[in-house]
Amino acid sequence: MKLLPAVALCVAMALGPATALPAAPPAAAASSADTQPALDELMRLLAARKHGHVSFTEVHVLAIMQRPLESSGELMYDAPDWLEKRTLQPRPETLVLAGGVLTIHRGGRTRTLELAQHPEIAPWVESIRATLAGDRAALERYFHVAFSGSLAHWSLLLVPTDPARADTIADIHIRGDGAALRTLEIRQADGDHSVLTIGPELTP
Amino acid sequence: MMRPGASGTLIWALLGMAAAAVAARATYTTDLSAFLPRSPSATQRLLVEQLRSGPAARLIIVAIEGGQPHTRALVSAELTRRLRADPRFAAVNNGDTAGLDRDREFLFRNRYLLSNAVTPKRFSVHGLHEAIADAVGSLASPEGMLLKPLFAQDPTGEMLGVLDELAQDRAPTTTDGVWSSPNGQRALLIVQTRARGSDTDGQEEACRALRGAFAAVRSGLAAAAGRDVTMRMSGPPVFAVASRAAIKSEVVRLSVLGAGLIAVLLLAAYRSVAALLLGMLPVASGALAGVAAVALGYGTVHGITLGFGVTLIGEAVDYSIYLFIQRTVLWQLSVWPTIRLGVLTSICGFAALLPSSFPGLAQLGLYSIAGLEAAALVTRFVLPAWLPPNFAIADLTQLGTRVHGMLRRLASARLYILLLPALAAVYLYGHRDSLWNHELSALSPISLADQAFDARLRADAGAPDARYMVVVSGRDRELVLEACETVSAKLTQLVSTGVIGGFDTPTHYLPSLASQRARLRSLPPPAELSERLNAALIGLPARRAALKPFEDDVEQARHSTPLTAASLDGTSLETPLGALLMQSSTGWAALLPLRPAGPHELAAADADRVRAAVAQVSPARVVLIDLIGETNRLYSGYLTEAAHLALTGFAAIVLLLLVALRSPVRVMRVVVPLALAVIAVAGLLVALGQQLTILHIVGMLLIVAIGSNYALFFDRNRQNPQHASVPLTLASLVIANLATVTAFGVLASSKVPVLADLGSTVAPGALLALVFSALLAYTPEPAYTHQSAPPPEPAQPPPTGA
Repeated sequence: MKLLPAVALCVAMALGPATALPAAPPAAAASSADTQPALDELMRLLAARKHGHVSFTEVHVLAIMQRPLESSGELMYDAPDWLEKRTLQPRPETLVLAGGVLTIHRGGRTRTLELAQHPEIAPWVESIRATLAGDRAALERYFHVAFSGSLAHWSLLLVPTDPARADTIADIHIRGDGAALRTLEIRQADGDHSVLTIGPELTP
Repeated sequence: MMRPGASGTLIWALLGMAAAAVAARATYTTDLSAFLPRSPSATQRLLVEQLRSGPAARLIIVAIEGGQPHTRALVSAELTRRLRADPRFAAVNNGDTAGLDRDREFLFRNRYLLSNAVTPKRFSVHGLHEAIADAVGSLASPEGMLLKPLFAQDPTGEMLGVLDELAQDRAPTTTDGVWSSPNGQRALLIVQTRARGSDTDGQEEACRALRGAFAAVRSGLAAAAGRDVTMRMSGPPVFAVASRAAIKSEVVRLSVLGAGLIAVLLLAAYRSVAALLLGMLPVASGALAGVAAVALGYGTVHGITLGFGVTLIGEAVDYSIYLFIQRTVLWQLSVWPTIRLGVLTSICGFAALLPSSFPGLAQLGLYSIAGLEAAALVTRFVLPAWLPPNFAIADLTQLGTRVHGMLRRLASARLYILLLPALAAVYLYGHRDSLWNHELSALSPISLADQAFDARLRADAGAPDARYMVVVSGRDRELVLEACETVSAKLTQLVSTGVIGGFDTPTHYLPSLASQRARLRSLPPPAELSERLNAALIGLPARRAALKPFEDDVEQARHSTPLTAASLDGTSLETPLGALLMQSSTGWAALLPLRPAGPHELAAADADRVRAAVAQVSPARVVLIDLIGETNRLYSGYLTEAAHLALTGFAAIVLLLLVALRSPVRVMRVVVPLALAVIAVAGLLVALGQQLTILHIVGMLLIVAIGSNYALFFDRNRQNPQHASVPLTLASLVIANLATVTAFGVLASSKVPVLADLGSTVAPGALLALVFSALLAYTPEPAYTHQSAPPPEPAQPPPTGA
């Protein structure tokens, strides 16, 4: 009988440098009342989109790397909770988020994580999943959400609500045009950051 | 001058005191596993040992239900805090992160000893390049982000490899920061008691402490929130404590109820308190002799054996009934010899149980032999001398005459009544494939509902019982661990080909010393590592300078000492290691539970594949065990054995009767009604939806043992009508039979299946044995003479018996 829980990834958290940056209350919060209707409108627009299949490129800028890590591949989405991120370059990797389960295939190994068991991973995944689904409630479970711009060219600023999460994610900036996401930029508390750029719709 | 029979009384008193002394000093146990079969093979013995006292036998799963999720989480956290401070608990886990801090630090510090990826090849320039490239690649995924803080110290990803191996099983779901059932409706804690599985007292104390802690936590909550929160516990310690309590209360309840009912019956029949009390003398003597004999023969007396003692009341009380009622008619010449032969047939029946490898049955056999013998001897040599000169009981001639009248009416319809066994035989033949229950769980005193709840909690907790496991055994720990590593390599191949889903092995927690040393030897010295790292990083984006912590850690690891079992103390690795690696009576043994690839258990063909793959691994013994199949096979073996023993007992009884009666016809007259009764009862039980267990077989043997007394009396009446009073014989048999049926009927009401099975077989069986014996022995012209001679003077009995 196994008593040791699947601590796999939370272990890493506790061993990491304790760079606790308490999240500043989001500046956007004050103005959120004015933008409520627009945010709801955007969520409806996004929720109306049931499928997506796009290309992406992603750049990670990490302090321990002397140059940015670049990768590219395809993103597939089926409303409301199925998301596949297939990285083709430079090393093949597939992430599948189905329901609340994240499956990672890489280098011949498969790892399965239940988001409910790994609350520290959920914000990374939910930021994009919930935005694609137009699921405002899910977004606000993890973030203060601030809308700016217009429906045609919008921008969402997500700031973690849980201070325990804020020591990894500083904020997430998502930009899009109408029902299409364009970029997703994650700034980490230690200054590392990544930008996911979403290309045009691919025809299967 | 001594009264007649005084020497018998003297001997009785001396033996009684000796028996009382033995009984007082005997050890009594209610640990149910002690009653379960001794296992024949080394592997099975290991399993039973593990079942009885291994760490798995110390696990309690606690479910907190009701109330709001955050209330449950609060209760879980507070309960955990209290239990961790309680020395009665070795480990307490509720999924909180605090409990894992020490593990993380431990695993990370020892990753180069624990990771099986650490090889010389891994630390070559090429190996380092590949491993680091892998880790860099993983940094771009969500989990990689979490691994980033480790990169500088562990760029080859050993920690992730170690965790992957450890975390193969699914952990419980987490709700509000604590473990819960998948739907979040119950918070879960896994608690390990410090007391061993066989220490039921210690387990009981732990269970009480757990309930006390929960009550304290609950009362600390706001009244409204606390009212709805409840706690349920499950697991081997809980079951052991509950079984013991059930057996204890059952033994007391059944004895009191059985003795009380029989006392009422006898009082109604005798209308004499003196007769009632004197009638209990052989019973009490028999019970004492039985306990003393079991204590001497087996060292410990099982609580269930005492429960069976009720059956002794049922039969031993018969002797005094025969004495009191038939005393007026040539007791020593005619009644006692018949009783003596009856006792001998009973002893033949019970003696057949003695060689049983089912310890409970053997104890029952010895208890009954000693008890019946003592009861019969007391009835013969002590009791007559104790009867006061004016001793008298109600005249039961009238009862006997009435029974005889009833018998006459029944006899005209006896062909129809005998249809019952015929129908039963046909019915049994029709259901011959599903007669027997081959599952050991049929004997468990734990209710099916509780067993199902336990299975559900285990599934919720991600700790379902594995059905298949590879067992590795050998003379010392290192030999076994090394064999486990070889087996693991084979099993890993089977995982990759999809034959099995995964497995656990003690070497995930504690690798063999040999492989730990080999891993340390794979780590290059500082200058060498630095040089290789320079070369390995060519073409990779990682900063060379950022990897200084890695070089420091490797150098530190090179000077570390290999882990031993003691190194794991206090971490949560200690529990799984203890569950998978244990010292057995013959050396060391390791368990490697297998997980099926799909939702269903391993198919037989896959099991064969595993068996072939792990065969002939090393000097250690490696076998694949199908746990459920093995247990049931084991039990089936006992079932067959019990059936053989019962048949042997039956044959012994027939042989004894042949010698004693010297007439095959008379033997047939005695045996046939008993056989018919057994068939009718078996048919009845099966028709009522019972599947027959080992205890039903024993019950059938008892029907023959007890029923032979009845049949012998009828035989005597037929052979020597001038020596018998038919009405008095009938009256004594009816009273004796009612006493037996009462005793076993009480047993049939027991909540302990072992006792209930026996009772529900013997109670109707004894009744039918009497009816069939009477009907088959019935002769149309009753050749009886009513004798009203004065009671024969209890003469000085010759010491060797009449």
